[in-house]
Amino acid sequence: MSEEIVIPPEKVDALYETLKRWAESTGYNLNPDEEFTRGLVEGLLINRQRYGYQSCPCRLASGDKRKDKDIICPCDYRDADLADWGACYCALYVSDEVLRGEREIQSIPERRPPEGRCSWDQSAQREQHN
Amino acid sequence: MPEARGSIPGTRSEHHTVFYGLSTCMWCKRTRQFLESQGVKFDLVYVDLLRGQEREEAVEQVRCWNSAISFPTVVMDDSRCVVGYKPEKLKEALGL
Repeated sequence: MSEEIVIPPEKVDALYETLKRWAESTGYNLNPDEEFTRGLVEGLLINRQRYGYQSCPCRLASGDKRKDKDIICPCDYRDADLADWGACYCALYVSDEVLRGEREIQSIPERRPPEGRCSWDQSAQREQHN
Repeated sequence: MPEARGSIPGTRSEHHTVFYGLSTCMWCKRTRQFLESQGVKFDLVYVDLLRGQEREEAVEQVRCWNSAISFPTVVMDDSRCVVGYKPEKLKEALGL
């Protein structure tokens, strides 16, 4: 069953502007790809409505704030990912290098520790392309 | 708001392809758009839009391929998967 959450564009605009100002005043950069970034901001607002907190739009939240506190934006992994990859996991934030056009962003590996392991023992035989 | 599950039509149907994503994730959106632009026929699952048992089952399916349970995860022929927005790896895996 799907839920129907519709975020008005003006709410996306308002949070986008707030995050941009906050980022610039604290030495961070929002991703300059506005369409991409506004999509993430909309995702944050959807998650706020769903769960009551702005969890990372590119991670599956549990709905339990205590379990998800590490992935509430800005997540605990942002700085390490910015240093290693030039962007945080969802790419809401990018490094100065990326902002200057000296580095391209990409979809990066998940740094958050896994919850558990597959109970289906065949997984070791399978092929994964990360 | 997208549907939680869907079957996306396409002319490239050589592989049974399942896309697991989050409706709020822009890398998932790009991956879906890439598969659609290449004419790949695939099943789509937005795990964040599922509830209860259905969601738990989808998470378990993703975990079997990708212990980080990260998105997007694209599974092909129940034998290989590509994690993240990786057009070149998808092309290689799908023979595009």
